[in-house]
Amino acid sequence: MNKIAVNTNGSARGEAKSMTDTIIDMRDVRKSYRTGKVSFEALKGIDCLVKRGEFVGVVGPSGSGKSTLMNLMGCLDIPTTGEYYLEGQLVNKMTPNQLADVRNRTVGFVFQAFNLLPYATAYENVEVPLLFARVSSRKRRERVAELLSRVGLADKMANKPTEMSGGEMQRVAIARALANEPDIILADEPTGNLDSKSGEAIVSLFDELHQAGKTIVMITHDMNIAKHGERIIRIKDGLIQTNGDLS
Amino acid sequence: MLPLITLKQFWNDLRRQKLRSMLTMFGIFWGTCSIVLLFAFGKGIGDAQLKSQKGMGDNIAIFWPGVTGKEYKGLPRGRQIRPTADDVTHIKQVAQTVGSISPEFRRWNVTIKRGRNSSLRMLVGCWPEFGDMRNVIPRRGSRFINQNDINERRRVVFIGNLLKQDLFGNEDPIGQQVEVNSVPFTVIGVMKEKDQNSSYGSRDSRVAFIPSTTFGTMYSTRWMSNFVVQAKKEYSMAQARREIYEILGGKYKFDPTDREALSVWDTTRGFEFLKTFFTAFQWFLVGIGASTLITGGIGVSNIMNVVLEERTKEIGIKMALGARKSYVMTQFVLETLLITAVGGTLGFLFAWLIVSLVPAFGLTDFIGVPQVNVSAGVLCIVLLGIVGFFAGIFPARRAANLQPVQALKLF
Repeated sequence: MNKIAVNTNGSARGEAKSMTDTIIDMRDVRKSYRTGKVSFEALKGIDCLVKRGEFVGVVGPSGSGKSTLMNLMGCLDIPTTGEYYLEGQLVNKMTPNQLADVRNRTVGFVFQAFNLLPYATAYENVEVPLLFARVSSRKRRERVAELLSRVGLADKMANKPTEMSGGEMQRVAIARALANEPDIILADEPTGNLDSKSGEAIVSLFDELHQAGKTIVMITHDMNIAKHGERIIRIKDGLIQTNGDLS
Repeated sequence: MLPLITLKQFWNDLRRQKLRSMLTMFGIFWGTCSIVLLFAFGKGIGDAQLKSQKGMGDNIAIFWPGVTGKEYKGLPRGRQIRPTADDVTHIKQVAQTVGSISPEFRRWNVTIKRGRNSSLRMLVGCWPEFGDMRNVIPRRGSRFINQNDINERRRVVFIGNLLKQDLFGNEDPIGQQVEVNSVPFTVIGVMKEKDQNSSYGSRDSRVAFIPSTTFGTMYSTRWMSNFVVQAKKEYSMAQARREIYEILGGKYKFDPTDREALSVWDTTRGFEFLKTFFTAFQWFLVGIGASTLITGGIGVSNIMNVVLEERTKEIGIKMALGARKSYVMTQFVLETLLITAVGGTLGFLFAWLIVSLVPAFGLTDFIGVPQVNVSAGVLCIVLLGIVGFFAGIFPARRAANLQPVQALKLF
C-alpha cells in the first residue's frame, strides 16, 4: 500500500490504527479567498482525521468555514497551505484530471440544493458519474436501476426533477453520489431544504449507508441530525473547536 | 459517451430559448445562404456572359480593310488598304505567330432556295479553318467545308441550323440540293446549335457557308470583306496583330504602327476583360457572403458566452461528479459546431432551393443558370468549421478553467 508517506509526519494519531483505516487526513490546512484586494481566511489551520466507516457530523454557525472544509475534503477546491491526504494521496499535488477522477470515484457529494441536472430524468442524473467513469452502457443500466431502487425510487426513473418532491430529489442525489461506489459520502446540509419528515427519511437513509460500511461526513445546523453521527466536529471562525465523541 | 447527453442538452436549450437560438442560427444561416447564392449567381452571370462571347469564336480577331492614318515613306494618309485572299495565303505561309487564318467573303440578301421554300440570307465564302475559329461546328453526320472543296471549287454549302429549319423543316438535308443565287449546291453540313450574343453582320444560325474559291468564281471577285485570325497558343493576339501589320505594311506600304490601315476587332481583349471582371465580381460577392458569415460567427460566440453564464452551475455540478476539463471543452465546442452545422445546413439547403427555382422564372438569359458548385460548398464547410470552432473555443476555455467551487457558487 502507498500509505507510508502519511506516516513520515508521524503525528500522534498515526499509531492507533493502521493507516489504511484513515480516509481523510488534514494537517494544518488553511484556505483563504481573495476578493479584489481583500483577503479572507476561511480556514485557519485545520487538523482533522476521518477513519474508514465513520459517520461524522460537522456543525458550526454560518460563516464558520464548514462548507469550505467540505469543499476541500471533496477536492472541489485545494488548500492554500497545509497538507491534505485523501486515502494516503496528497491532494495538493494532484493535476486537474486527477482531481476530477477523485471526485468521480472516491467521493460522493450530496448538496443542500440537490444540484440535479434540470433537463435530465432521475435515471439520467444518476447515470452522469457512470458516464464520466466510462462504464459500459449495459452495466450503467443495471447500476442505475439498482441505485434508484435502493433509495426507493424505482418507479420514478423517468421523472424529471421538476416532477419530484424535494425528498425525492435528494434521494436521486444520494443515488447519484453512490454511483461509482465511493469510499466516502460528503453531505452538505442534505436536509436543509426539506421538511422535517422528508429530512428524517434522508437521515435514516444515511444511517443505512453507514451501517452498510460507508464513511459519511455530514454538515448540518441541526444538532438532532448531527447526533446520528458517531462523532461531531465543531467549527467556529475557521478553527476546530471540538473534535471528539459525542458528549 | 458525450454526444447523447450533449445533444439532449442542446435540444433542451433550443426549446427553452427558442428566439435566442433562432437568432443565433439565423446569422449562420444567412451567412451560408449569402455565400452559396452569391457564388452561384456570380458564376452563373459570368458563365452566361463568357459563353455567349465564345459563341462567335474563342480568342479570335477579325481584320477589315481600312484607310491609312499616317504618312509613310512619302505616301500620303487616306489611302485605302484592301488585302486579298492571296495576302491571306501569304500570311498563312510566312507568319510565325498566326495559328489559323481564313478569308471571309460576304454577300447580303442572297436567295437560297429549295423547292418552294426560299430565303434571303447572308452568304459567306471561307476556308476550312473558319469553322473551328468561329465556332461553326457541324452536327453529327455532317461536315464543314474541307480543302478538297476549296481546291476543286466545289458547289457545296454548309448551312446554319435555323436556315436548315427554314428550308428543310425536320427533313435530313445532307446530300440534298439547294439553289444559291440560282446555282445548284449540295448541302454537306448543318451547324450545331450554339449561343451567340455578338456578331458582325448576321448570326451564324441563318448563314450559308461555301468554299471561298467557289464564292470568288460565282461573283467574280477577289475582294474579300475581312479575314479571321487566331494566334498560335504560345503567342498572344497582340503579337499576331503586330506581325500581320508588318507583313501587310510591307506589301501595301503603310506604317506597321498605323492602327487605322486595317480595322481590327480583337475579341480576346473583351474576353480578357470580362473574365477578369467576373472573377473579381464573383470573389467580391463571396467576400460579402463570408463577412456575413463571420459576423454570424461572432454572434454565435457572444451567445455561447451567455450560455456559459447560464450553465456555470451545471458545469460545476458536472465537475463535482467527475467531469474533466476536456469534457467541458468538448461539450462547448461541439455545441457551437452543432449550431453552426445546423444553421449552415439550413442556409445551404435554402440557397439550393432558390438556385433551383431560378430557371423557372425565365431570367436565365440575363443572369445565366446559377450553380451551386463544389468550391462554394467546400468554402462554406471550411468557413463554417473555422467560424464554429473559434466561436466555441473561447467560451469553452473559460468554462473549462472554472474551479468547481466557483462554478457551483458555493462561497
